[in-house]
Amino acid sequence: MQLYLPIADLPVNVFLVLAMGAAVGFVSGMFGIGGGFLMTPLLIFIGITPAVAVASVASHIAASSFSGALSYWRRRAIDPALASVLLCGGVTGTALGVWAFTQLRALGQLDLMIALSYVVLLTTVGSLMFSEGLRALMRTRRGAVAPRRTHNWIHGLPLKMRFKRSKIYLSVIPVVIVGIVIGFIGAIMGIGGGFILVPIMIYVLRVPTSTVIGTSMVLTLVTMLVATMLHAVTNHLVDAVLALILMVGGVTGAQFGARAGQKIRGEQLRLLLGLLILSVGIRFAIELVIQPTDLFTIRELGVSS
Amino acid sequence: MRVLLAALLVLMLGSVARAERLIVSVSNHRVTVTPNYSGEELVLFGSVEKDATTPADRTAYDLVVTVIGPRADMVTRRKERKFGIWINTDYRQFLEVPSYLALFSNRPFEAITSPEIARRQQIGLNNVLLTQRVSGDYADVVPNDAFRSAFIRLRTQRGLYREDPSAVTFLTPTLFRTGIPLPAEVPIGTYEIEIKLFANGALVTKTETAFEIVKVGFEQFVATTARQNGLIYGLATAAMALMTGWMASIVFRKD
Repeated sequence: MQLYLPIADLPVNVFLVLAMGAAVGFVSGMFGIGGGFLMTPLLIFIGITPAVAVASVASHIAASSFSGALSYWRRRAIDPALASVLLCGGVTGTALGVWAFTQLRALGQLDLMIALSYVVLLTTVGSLMFSEGLRALMRTRRGAVAPRRTHNWIHGLPLKMRFKRSKIYLSVIPVVIVGIVIGFIGAIMGIGGGFILVPIMIYVLRVPTSTVIGTSMVLTLVTMLVATMLHAVTNHLVDAVLALILMVGGVTGAQFGARAGQKIRGEQLRLLLGLLILSVGIRFAIELVIQPTDLFTIRELGVSS
Repeated sequence: MRVLLAALLVLMLGSVARAERLIVSVSNHRVTVTPNYSGEELVLFGSVEKDATTPADRTAYDLVVTVIGPRADMVTRRKERKFGIWINTDYRQFLEVPSYLALFSNRPFEAITSPEIARRQQIGLNNVLLTQRVSGDYADVVPNDAFRSAFIRLRTQRGLYREDPSAVTFLTPTLFRTGIPLPAEVPIGTYEIEIKLFANGALVTKTETAFEIVKVGFEQFVATTARQNGLIYGLATAAMALMTGWMASIVFRKD
């Protein structure tokens, strides 16, 4: 069934988009991530312009992270204090990100920047996660215990604050900075940033695993809502019809993914996720290096009546 | 004095040459684009009306139909390999160029008239005026300019620019018809049609008509709201996201 997307200005097959939403939802439910880093590239590959893809995926991630956050809230697995401090940075970062997005689009370098960010971020995070998962897997094979965590320089910073539910005593400076960075790249790349945020919170901020996913989902939810709003107001690029199809597919797929995820061990899960992220990054890298079929592109600057 | 006389002569010749009149009509003056619109073809009908002053020996006519869609500014960018990757480097801005352009005739343009007249009357995609902004200057460039030909090639690939020297058919020596194909992603707005009649390589007369393309239905409502009420649209989308997420958490609640 063909449906005309009003903002993307493109007819698409509804079932194809639904299936894409469900597939990405499955992966995101399995690994407990938003899945934006998979959804945005998939949309670009079926012919939707990167700008529309990034702006529309933001609302899709908001929907899936909201349903996730609700269930974590019921389990009291969200730290409200930590979430609010993260949000201060997150909202600022998102606003900066949307502003940069608009500037880059005017310069004609937006598509390149999206592709470059994907290559750099995904190959780095992907290979780190992959090697870490591999090491953990080998450790369990040998039967050794994971090295004990020690305090690092982050914990020497001033402006310390007590986060009760997470049971940590931490400076707000690194928390706000993490929020800004995640918000900024999220708005430019059309990702929630969960797959970067969760490792940072665990390894750098030493947030206990009990609250880390729920809290990161709150940050994702709010930054993506803000990104949706700002993209809609400044660039008029949010395709609500596309977003709705993705949401319906995504939330359904996520439920099955979550069940599948419980059957796999943590190290293997991380290894798989690392591999997946790495392959998306490499896919973008290849795209940049090989010669495009057409060197010229046209962009319409709006019909003048 | 001699100049005046020459001008008068041209004027007289002109009025003699206008012995034919063109009567045209389009099959549909208002095309509505619905959600499942997949392109269509309009038909332009017309006839050449002769009068007493028409030279008796004039029987064969040539016709050139130009369809010009709503005008817009566009940017053409060129990628180049820099540091091993492909980057948009150079660009040209095209000002007020047609978003849709079709040139139809009954036989090849070069057979209809001289290159000089073809250029002046903008007959053929190579002769249509496409104004570019080149470092502060406004001008059209030579037809084989890289950006100009890339622009025409890309628009042609999308079915938005076309030229067909066999699209016009004469049903009788004076009655003609031509199809105007409109692709699925046709720009909305007012379309002008110019019909030019040639005889023996000279422009005899011309006339104009128009049609409009409007989008209707839900898609158009969404598109206009997104452009005109960005804030409300954003709020609605955000609310929709929250609703979907909330409903999913209820439907799939495990406890």
